[in-house]
Amino acid sequence: MIAAEAAARPAALAPGVREEAVFLTLTVAGQWCAVPVLAVRDVLGPHAITRIPLAPPDVAGSLNLRGRIVTALDLRRRLGLPPRETQAQAMSVVVEQGGELYALLVDQVGEVMALPAEGFAPHPPTLDALWRDVSTGVHRQEDRLVIVLDVARVLAIG
Amino acid sequence: MDDLLADFLTETHEGLTALDSALVRLERAPDDQPTLSEVFRLVHTIKGTCGFLGLSRLEAVAHAAENVLGRYRDGTLPVTPAGITLILSALDRVKEIVAGLEATGAEPAGDDTALIGALDAAADGQDAPAAAAAPAAPAAQGRAGPEAPAPEPPAAARPSAEAAQHAPAAPPPDPAAEASAGAANAPQTIRVAVDVLEDLMTLVSELVLTRNQLLQLARAGGADAFAVPLQRLSHITSDLQEGVMKTRMQPIGNAWAKLPRLVRDLSHELGKKIELEMRGAQTELDRQVLELIRDPLTHMVRNSADHGLEPPAERRAAGKPETGRIILNAYHEGGHIIIEIGDDGRGLPVGRIRAKALANGLATEAELAQMSEREVLRFIFAPGFSTAQQVTAVSGRGVGMDVVKTNIEKIGGTVELASKEGRGTTFTIKIPLTLAIAAALIVEAGGERFALPQIGVVELVRVGSNQEGAPRIERIKDAPVLRLRDRLLPLVSLAGLLRLEPASREEGFVAVMQVGGQVFGIILDRVFDTEEIVVKPVAPILRHVTMFSGNTILGDGSVIMILDPNGIARAAGVGLDQGAEEGRGGVPAAGGMSSSASTSLLLFRAGEGGAKAVPLGLVARLEDIPGERIEMAGTTPVVQYRGGLMPLVPLMPGWVPPEGAARQPVLVFTENDRAMGLVVEEILDVLDERLVLQEGSGRPGYIGSAVIAGRVTEVVDTAYWLAQAGEDWFRPARAASPAMRPRLLLVEDSAFFRHLVVPALSAAGYEVTAVDGAAAALRLRDDGAAFEAVISDIEMPEMDGIAFAQALRAGGAWAEVPLIALSARAEPADVARGRDAGFTDYVAKYDREALLQSLRDCLTARQAA
Repeated sequence: MIAAEAAARPAALAPGVREEAVFLTLTVAGQWCAVPVLAVRDVLGPHAITRIPLAPPDVAGSLNLRGRIVTALDLRRRLGLPPRETQAQAMSVVVEQGGELYALLVDQVGEVMALPAEGFAPHPPTLDALWRDVSTGVHRQEDRLVIVLDVARVLAIG
Repeated sequence: MDDLLADFLTETHEGLTALDSALVRLERAPDDQPTLSEVFRLVHTIKGTCGFLGLSRLEAVAHAAENVLGRYRDGTLPVTPAGITLILSALDRVKEIVAGLEATGAEPAGDDTALIGALDAAADGQDAPAAAAAPAAPAAQGRAGPEAPAPEPPAAARPSAEAAQHAPAAPPPDPAAEASAGAANAPQTIRVAVDVLEDLMTLVSELVLTRNQLLQLARAGGADAFAVPLQRLSHITSDLQEGVMKTRMQPIGNAWAKLPRLVRDLSHELGKKIELEMRGAQTELDRQVLELIRDPLTHMVRNSADHGLEPPAERRAAGKPETGRIILNAYHEGGHIIIEIGDDGRGLPVGRIRAKALANGLATEAELAQMSEREVLRFIFAPGFSTAQQVTAVSGRGVGMDVVKTNIEKIGGTVELASKEGRGTTFTIKIPLTLAIAAALIVEAGGERFALPQIGVVELVRVGSNQEGAPRIERIKDAPVLRLRDRLLPLVSLAGLLRLEPASREEGFVAVMQVGGQVFGIILDRVFDTEEIVVKPVAPILRHVTMFSGNTILGDGSVIMILDPNGIARAAGVGLDQGAEEGRGGVPAAGGMSSSASTSLLLFRAGEGGAKAVPLGLVARLEDIPGERIEMAGTTPVVQYRGGLMPLVPLMPGWVPPEGAARQPVLVFTENDRAMGLVVEEILDVLDERLVLQEGSGRPGYIGSAVIAGRVTEVVDTAYWLAQAGEDWFRPARAASPAMRPRLLLVEDSAFFRHLVVPALSAAGYEVTAVDGAAAALRLRDDGAAFEAVISDIEMPEMDGIAFAQALRAGGAWAEVPLIALSARAEPADVARGRDAGFTDYVAKYDREALLQSLRDCLTARQAA
């Protein structure tokens, strides 16, 4: 049901494109990233987040998404980037794993777009080990490089 | 009707309904293998269950039908319409018997030989319509319905016979089905998939949250028009919530139902006398959880009976009653369900477990030597571990406790055990409620809000320094404590535990919690209100944070973490071991002195021997003084302290000040602007203890010794050490000569308190005479002795303080003397009673400052008068 919902979205936005190659782009600290759109359940604007004491540092807190409690991960912290000025400006990309919802706090959400298969490249060997761990590869585009995140790996903390 | 039978009937009805339609399908498509298998399975299930329940008639019919179906399924017999008819008539018979069962609770009488014969014949491949005709006759006998009157067996047989010849378009007339439909009352129970209940529960949770949100909005907006319907909605929501919760809850007694029989059988088998006591059988818990703990519980009871309890002869020899007891106890506690399984048997053999652990290579000798008894006992949860010397039919095969533990842990529970050789073993299973709606206090600490489940909160105490009379949080070597009605409550700071920035304000709240047998306080900055919360489990990545039991959404839509009192108690290290508690029950020793109330004692280490103690009331402050600040004035070590010189008196011989910045713990005693420091090695603890003092160790500097926290502890004679600080300690400037010192009389039956109060008052510049009772005091009065003030205990043998006061006020030389009560009981009612009796003032035992202040007030008032 969830998958169907998500699947309907890219079909509407980018007709005729193979589903598995459709991504949602986003930025964290100026870096473009992408997550498979099928993994995305929701995109939220700035949201009140409750801090969770003693939680791993990557966990920004939890938020209420229409009656469901969503654990928010700060993608900047997760990727070892400097913290954002104020948390309130963060956007959230909500993903689901194992029946639980997680919100990835990002700076900006870009667009839903198809990434052609020929643009993918493996990680450069010099890439930060942390980044290598959480991403599946790099997608080359004309004006920028997009890191393709592996949602399961991003959520594998604590 | 017993539960098992009711379950069976419900299940069989479902099976029969499914069978009817499956058989009709089978008739249309005789080669449909899946349908055939389904039919076979359904009949097989019915047969199996009724065999188990001892329903022989039903079993025989189902068995015969199964045989035929078995051959169909194997393909050794072609499916024929006649065969199907036969099976259907067998099913009718089953329905008929089931209807009888439902009505009377027992199988109705009847003869099925003909039907079974026909079925057997069919199974042998004889497609005999004549045989098929036979069953109708006996079937009619068992039936009460008027549709099948006795004179018409051929009529009943005819449809079957016809059906055998022509492919029947419709099933044969089915009077049996009608009979059963008519006879069966509407079922009292229905079976609902747990998933459905689970979904309902989730929806109700959402409803509760929405209701809370609405209520909050109404409160803020004050929309009166909505008030009434909202109230109604709120009530209905609560009722609905309760109802849905109920559908999932079952009393734990259901899981215990089979235990009395089990224990009875075991006691016969093992030749032991066993009594099973079950407490809290009404404690409800989630159905699923109940199912999961049923087997572990049974296993543990079996273990207790087999290993735990001794045979009668052995029990007699050990001086125990012949009948051993197994106690099951269940109760709710702090959002958990606790189930205890205890016996009064021989206890676990620690030595044997240790040896076995070594032999099995679970631990090395060195490791074992370091382990506490408790840790050693936990080896019984290791896989394949059994210390039973003989493998009995009942247990001892080394499978079990590890499985028990695994099963309990699977549902997020824990299992603990306590055992004492010769006294018995108790297992404590703790299972968390994963799904519940609970009342919670919304509190704030470190700028964040949290939900504190109300179930563990005993009371809320407002604390602060700016309020007159409000209790204050005090600190003993960084450990915050609160004096709460004669007891010293250990406190934990929530902000501190959660590593949040603590609020700078002095005032706040302390939530007094009870977790297990332990009472402690949680320091909070603010308390808002109570709210119904739906406990939702936290995300898996946060499961390791044991301080929270879940999270929830508040009425205002914000997410809030739910505190777990157990986790907090664990993290704060308050009271995990009940063992210490047992040792503390002060048994009054003959000839010893005792004060009836408990006293706060400061425990410390100094010199050789064990811990030493001093009443906390005497100590003004605890200090850690850097060694470099300690100087020598002549032969006396001193330290500059609060604008004066404070002499230091070491409690241990041969003490040298520590070097450099190393810190020296010092107990500071003060009087006016004078201070004296008692040098000790280490401050250990503060305990509330009922003192039983054994006098006469004869060592200078010690009043005697007492058992404190299970250990012999010397109690320091403060007067002796104060004297060591220099003579002028006892001669304050304002008391120039002994003649000028106000004379006081202390009436106190407890020698311990006399030892405490006399030196303190002497040090404060009074000349004190102490007597051990009212009678002695009155003798002094009659002898013409004169005192400026009298201080008296209230609770004394023979003549108590109240009677003493009345006697004084009744007349005589001391009728006008200020009279101060010193009592452990300082509730307002007690104070009023004391004042009525003639006491001038009332001071809690033993508040040194308050007593001195009261004395000063009384004496000045007297001089002024």
